[in-house]
Amino acid sequence: MTNILEVRQLRKHYPDVKAVNGVDFGIPEGICFGLLGPNGAGKTTTIEMMEGILKPSSGEIFYKGEPQSTLFKQEAGIQFQSTALQDYLTVRENLTLFQSLYTKHLPVDELIDICSLASFLDQDASKLSGGQRQRLLLAIALVNDPEIVFLDEPTTGLDPQARLNFWTLVKRIKARKKTVLLTTHYMEEAYNLCDEIAIMDHGKIIAHGTPDELLAEQFQDVVIELPKAALANNITELPYTIFNKDNGNVEISSKDVNSTLSHMLAQGISLEKVQVRSRTLEDLFIELTGKELRT
Amino acid sequence: MIRRLLAMLHARNLEFIRDRAAMTWNLLLPVMLVFGLAFIFSGGDKNQYKVAVKAESLSVDMQVTAALHPFLDTRFIKFYAVDDIDSIVPKVGRHQVDMLMDLRPDKRHYWINSDSPKGYFLEQLLAASDGVKLTPQTVTGEEIRYIDWVVPGVLGMNIMFSCLFGVGYVLVRYRKNGYLKRLNATPLSAFEFILSQILSRLLLVVVITSILFIGTNIFMNFTMEGSYLHLFIVLLLSTASMISLGLLIAARLSSEELAGGLLNLASWPMMILSGVWFSMEGTHPILQLAAQFSPLTHMLNAARAIMLDGAGLTDLAYPLGILLLMTIVFMALGAKLFKWTPD
Repeated sequence: MTNILEVRQLRKHYPDVKAVNGVDFGIPEGICFGLLGPNGAGKTTTIEMMEGILKPSSGEIFYKGEPQSTLFKQEAGIQFQSTALQDYLTVRENLTLFQSLYTKHLPVDELIDICSLASFLDQDASKLSGGQRQRLLLAIALVNDPEIVFLDEPTTGLDPQARLNFWTLVKRIKARKKTVLLTTHYMEEAYNLCDEIAIMDHGKIIAHGTPDELLAEQFQDVVIELPKAALANNITELPYTIFNKDNGNVEISSKDVNSTLSHMLAQGISLEKVQVRSRTLEDLFIELTGKELRT
Repeated sequence: MIRRLLAMLHARNLEFIRDRAAMTWNLLLPVMLVFGLAFIFSGGDKNQYKVAVKAESLSVDMQVTAALHPFLDTRFIKFYAVDDIDSIVPKVGRHQVDMLMDLRPDKRHYWINSDSPKGYFLEQLLAASDGVKLTPQTVTGEEIRYIDWVVPGVLGMNIMFSCLFGVGYVLVRYRKNGYLKRLNATPLSAFEFILSQILSRLLLVVVITSILFIGTNIFMNFTMEGSYLHLFIVLLLSTASMISLGLLIAARLSSEELAGGLLNLASWPMMILSGVWFSMEGTHPILQLAAQFSPLTHMLNAARAIMLDGAGLTDLAYPLGILLLMTIVFMALGAKLFKWTPD
């Protein structure tokens, strides 16, 4: 698959900080690519350089194999982390305004359908709920029927229902064979939506691949979780590394879940409330960045 | 490009028209000022005598002293030096200057308006003083009502605030809240965006000012010696220069507090020095020089010259030329310095 967008040795240095420090990656056409990282990792700076909003200190950005040009602005759709719209315009008027700025555009009715805007189409855009507003901003990012869509933390601050709704919208965009570049703090979101991810920290890419590849590379174990009380009498005799959790449970890492569980049963440990789970992107993220997720 | 420009223009116009509070204030303030001033100053003249003096050894930046003539020692009269006799004589005719004295040895004249009570009293005082006798020259003409003189000032002030804050403040707000950044992600160019903002404000200010002028004129019947078309040209050019100044001030700012401070710093001296409320005639030459840097000064000079003196476009080459130059310079600098995103 050819890369629709590619960055080479991308850098953004400020007098007192190297926000992005030599980043290389390509985004294959038609996939959802996730750029993940803790706050201050350089995600937004990287994405804004790729969007053409921020000038890199050095490095190159190629769109469809060519250095970025005016074609890119015509063919890219962008949803920023936070965006204000013009006051006193309705949802429909905002769509019409942004549509007029592009040569090619999707019909308004199609946008309304894709982003489920029909119920609040004639409302003042400044009076929308968080979820409605994100849907409108996504629709604005799609007005030009873009080849590539940038979504910078689109679900931050949304309630779980609004977030799930937004995932459905992103899946609709993917179904239209569009390329999506997504940044998010939510690992579950990245796992659900992204075909490929890159994890950034301290201005550099520290891991890059499909979620499953990265998990397989990093972890060969599963996690067994059970109440700490179940281990009370045996905790010092068990040959496992045990992690205490805040919820009163403990986690045990195991490469052979059957033998671990058999051993625990033999030790008289109750498995009544035991949970066994595979490693997640959240585990990977914490493993690689050494940080708790922050919002 | 035209489609993008018209889309932005339409959106900005809708925003302004739907902001009812701002719209009402833009209409209400000047109407209140015009009627308020008409009421306050309907009683007649301000109690100050103004005498312009021309003498060979006297330049405009010098104090007028009694050494030139004993009459100049009279208390409670404002004596001030002038260079150009020809520009002052019409002011005597309009009662804006009560007496003009030419003390040059080969001239020795004085002018008063034969219909002016102040001129009459000053003439009596002059006759009673010692010193060289001057030959009387009479000028006739009706007194300009204060409201006729001040209405361009009130409308000019409204235009100034509307342009500076309506463009400058809005640009800063757009930059601060990320709207400009969002627009920068589209094919819209900085030139198209700036032009749309200028045209939108120009259209709104010209329409509102025209409505205000026509509306208040029905009740006040302002003096209009010149052409309405010429007045309209002055309105267009001066509004463009004010908008460009607002654009320049807000070209890079993203702090509303700083923008507010800078816009006030620009607007208040202009309001004081440009002769909105009272003529700058006879003020310190440095103040008069400073006033030349204000677009409002040239706007008011041109508008008053059309309304009160019937001046044509050729007579207004200087103020219109300056306004055009200011528009070009402010706009070019503003466009050059313009930034979509905060620093």
